[in-house]
Amino acid sequence: MLKVSIYRYNPEIDSEPHMKDYQVDTGGKDLMVLDVLSLIKEQDPTLSYRRSCREGVCGSDGMNINGKNGLACVTAISDVVKGNKPLVVRPLPGLPVIRDLVVDLTLFYQQYEKIKPYLINDTPAPAIERLQSPEERDKLDGLYECILCACCSTACPSFWWNPDKFVGPSGLLQAYRFLIDSRDTATSERLADLNDPFSLFRCRGIMNCVDVCPKGLNPTKAIGHIRKMLLQQGV
Amino acid sequence: MVTVTNLSRSGMSDWIIQRFTAVLLAVYVVVIASYFFCASEASYETWKEFMSCLPLKIFTLLAVISIAAHAWIGLWTIATDYIKPLLIRAIYLIACGVATFVYVIWAFQILWSV
Ligand code: SF4
Ligand code: SF4
Ligand code: FES
Repeated sequence: MLKVSIYRYNPEIDSEPHMKDYQVDTGGKDLMVLDVLSLIKEQDPTLSYRRSCREGVCGSDGMNINGKNGLACVTAISDVVKGNKPLVVRPLPGLPVIRDLVVDLTLFYQQYEKIKPYLINDTPAPAIERLQSPEERDKLDGLYECILCACCSTACPSFWWNPDKFVGPSGLLQAYRFLIDSRDTATSERLADLNDPFSLFRCRGIMNCVDVCPKGLNPTKAIGHIRKMLLQQGV
Repeated sequence: MVTVTNLSRSGMSDWIIQRFTAVLLAVYVVVIASYFFCASEASYETWKEFMSCLPLKIFTLLAVISIAAHAWIGLWTIATDYIKPLLIRAIYLIACGVATFVYVIWAFQILWSV
């Protein structure tokens, strides 16, 4: 039997959030945390959480598992539970809780929107497509794989304090993805948008983002590259 | 959103100022520390003589101004991270600003009296 403690909050009935304990029969298997949640949902159908792909692709089941943000579907019990300690699951920190493990990601998406996550190119479109050399394409590796799960931004203290002004690691990784894309022509406008004291410069290099990213991406490095571009541009 | 001003309104220049002043202060610390290590006897007389040469006075002033700029950017950052009520943030920042200003003037005065 696995002991599981889950953050529960239903604003319609609960005056405040509380932790609820469950016992789960894992059949001796090393299940993923998401499997454990679905077993609990059989016991207690009122439990709410998001999930879709259950294989680390959609980014919808980011949550705080034994103190560390991650995707429930790709986190095995053995990765997080030592000995016969309980499995402790909470919502992603720093954002408003809608219910149980479901958080309101509006601020997170607003930051994503701010960095204009699409190619900007006003030159006449070629007949078929804008080509990239293999080297130009290589520059997008380690950037395009982001699934916007929000694990990084909600682990970042700078994002906790200023989620309305600091773009956060996820958005900044995406900002760099478009800054470095050979087909994008809005580089200087993009840089100018990041040059205020908050959008990028609130990053203090704590690297919580790198520590938690389930895709193994490195937002801190991308932020460093953007800073270098800003420096070179001399703004 | 009122944030009360930072030093320059540009994240990049604040960032450069912080790096630059940090390096300058590190060099200053080394210079002062080497006086204590190298001086045969660190007395009031030798210290006074050491501090009254013009290049060191200028360097000391630069160091004081660097501390002030470095501290102001840091304090402004702390305030905008942790202090959300605007009135309290403004009072805190004014207090920090006045204190920094007083320290700079005071340091000028001490240096030029040597
Ligand atoms: S490195 Fe920057 S973005 Fe990443 S967690 Fe730290 S402050 Fe946040
Ligand atoms: S950088 Fe990693 S942790 Fe952050 S949103 Fe993208 S995939 Fe998730
Ligand atoms: S359910 Fe899609 S990433 Fe976990």
